[in-house]
Amino acid sequence: MTPAHDFASIVRLEGVQKYFGAVHALRDINLSIARNEIVGLIGDNGAGKSTLIKVMTGVLEPTAGRIFVREREIQPGEYSVRMAHDLSIETVYQDKSLAEKQPLWRNFFVGRQIANRFGFIDIKREKEVARKILIDTIGFRGAGITVDSTVANLSGGERQGIAIGRAMHYNADLIVLDEPTAALGVAEVRKVVEFVRRIKQSGRACIYIEHNLAHVHEVADRLVVLDRGRVVSEISPKDMTVPELTEYLIALQHNA
Amino acid sequence: MAQRSGESILQRFEALPIIIVFVLLLLLFMYRAPEVFLAPYIYTTFLSTLPPLILLATGLTFVIGAGEIDLSFPSIIAFSGFVFAVLFKEYDLGWIAVVAGLASGILVGFINGVIVAKVGIPSFMTTLGTQFFWAGMATVLSGGKSYALRGVEKSSVWQVIVGRPFASASTAWLQEASIQALWTAIIVGFLWLVLNRHRFGEHTLFIGDSNDVSRVVGIDVDREKIKIFTLMGFLAACAAIMLTLENKNFFGDQGQGYLLTAIASVLIGGTSIFGGQATIIGTLFGCFIIGMVEAGLVAAGLTGAWVRTVQGLIFLVAIIFYMYADEPQRRRALFANLRSFGRFGGIRTSEEGGVRR
Repeated sequence: MTPAHDFASIVRLEGVQKYFGAVHALRDINLSIARNEIVGLIGDNGAGKSTLIKVMTGVLEPTAGRIFVREREIQPGEYSVRMAHDLSIETVYQDKSLAEKQPLWRNFFVGRQIANRFGFIDIKREKEVARKILIDTIGFRGAGITVDSTVANLSGGERQGIAIGRAMHYNADLIVLDEPTAALGVAEVRKVVEFVRRIKQSGRACIYIEHNLAHVHEVADRLVVLDRGRVVSEISPKDMTVPELTEYLIALQHNA
Repeated sequence: MAQRSGESILQRFEALPIIIVFVLLLLLFMYRAPEVFLAPYIYTTFLSTLPPLILLATGLTFVIGAGEIDLSFPSIIAFSGFVFAVLFKEYDLGWIAVVAGLASGILVGFINGVIVAKVGIPSFMTTLGTQFFWAGMATVLSGGKSYALRGVEKSSVWQVIVGRPFASASTAWLQEASIQALWTAIIVGFLWLVLNRHRFGEHTLFIGDSNDVSRVVGIDVDREKIKIFTLMGFLAACAAIMLTLENKNFFGDQGQGYLLTAIASVLIGGTSIFGGQATIIGTLFGCFIIGMVEAGLVAAGLTGAWVRTVQGLIFLVAIIFYMYADEPQRRRALFANLRSFGRFGGIRTSEEGGVRR
């Protein structure tokens, strides 16, 4: 466990801009994520949700603006996925977190293999630890899934569970979930919501991108609404019911 | 949908289906052409003729496993072979010629990798282009000449790389056993370890599975791709040098025959044409099958043109087989296609025009 340091936010963005050529994808984003906070990120398709988390997790470099992780500024250009991992920030993408044809144990450790100094992997150790994650962290017991199963044989909810479990195993302080329930059945969605609750219980923070307002309303401490690359409002789920929230977002679209 | 839990017998024994096919084919050839396949000579001949194919196919296993393709290796064989031959013969540089030959292959592979990874041109196009470029370069520089390396077998280069360690043995077939089989076995064994147990091998398979996933788990996709193509260049250069020394001659076309056979060996072995799944043991047996079919058909009195035809056929059958064996969604799509073909194409196989399963 990471010892409690004296910082208020895990990640803070200040005046972040992102251009793709002439397209202004992120406009002057100011956002901070506190410890043990579940933040729901909502907004229409193309609002910039995915771009925002990619900038936050080192996948994309912002065109301008400052990024702070635990109140320490990150030098532009040196931020990367690897560095985000080192800073205990993990991302779970809807369909890009796990490699289909590879066994689970490889998926747990890829990019962070337990290897000797020549780069050869300690397969036995990796499988052992993977087995522990599978049973203790994720709670897959008797589901017919072992560390040798390939991802292609798992259901959508199980995949999200594996990816979230991997993130928790690496002691992430912040877990970013990019539409984890898209294309899932009802029972599978329940599992994912359960996984998000586990994140909160374990003292971690989470950014939860979601299309389905009911799902995100249920678990989030705070909702951040994005529209055309801008943060337009921050809402506490206590103050708005799901229908009110829906009305609000529709109104936002019509004010274009 | 099988083997949701744990490893099936097919997974535990890498490339088991292809090994079974190999054994069956071998038995068939032994039965049909016992004078060839029950005598030891053909197997010692394989020791000297198969290594270049095996080295190329092993490199391609990485390339195809990463979801890419390299069509330029025949020209690397021409170019590195030329660099080696000219330095060895005209400048009498011995081992330096070997090093220069290897370096030229590494360079060509590296350039391929940079064009694919950094410029972003699909590897199929890139290596089609570089294939013509380096083959043309070799022809221009050599003036279309071949280099006969007469007396090369007395040099230490020849002795070490393609020598005959048992030349003084009393049995005739043993005298012909060549050392390049040993070097090839060591290289292939090492690369098996790399593919299955090294970070680089794991990254190769993840990249073949999905570039996007690989990026988000922190793999430097561009760098690994450059490494993969560079490895291919190195192995093609090894093959070039072995081939030139074994033939005691360099000629510009010496790599051309390997284009189909090397790719076929990889795919017959069970490496997925879609990437993400690769087996070096499978590739090795793929090479054995390709080599054996060649020898078997020639022994049966067929011409080289027939050999190519049959190899092309095996190649197609193998990829179609693996495509539908490995990928359930493709299998379903095929059946769906057949059903609609039945409906609209006039072939009615049942009341609904469906295909009975």
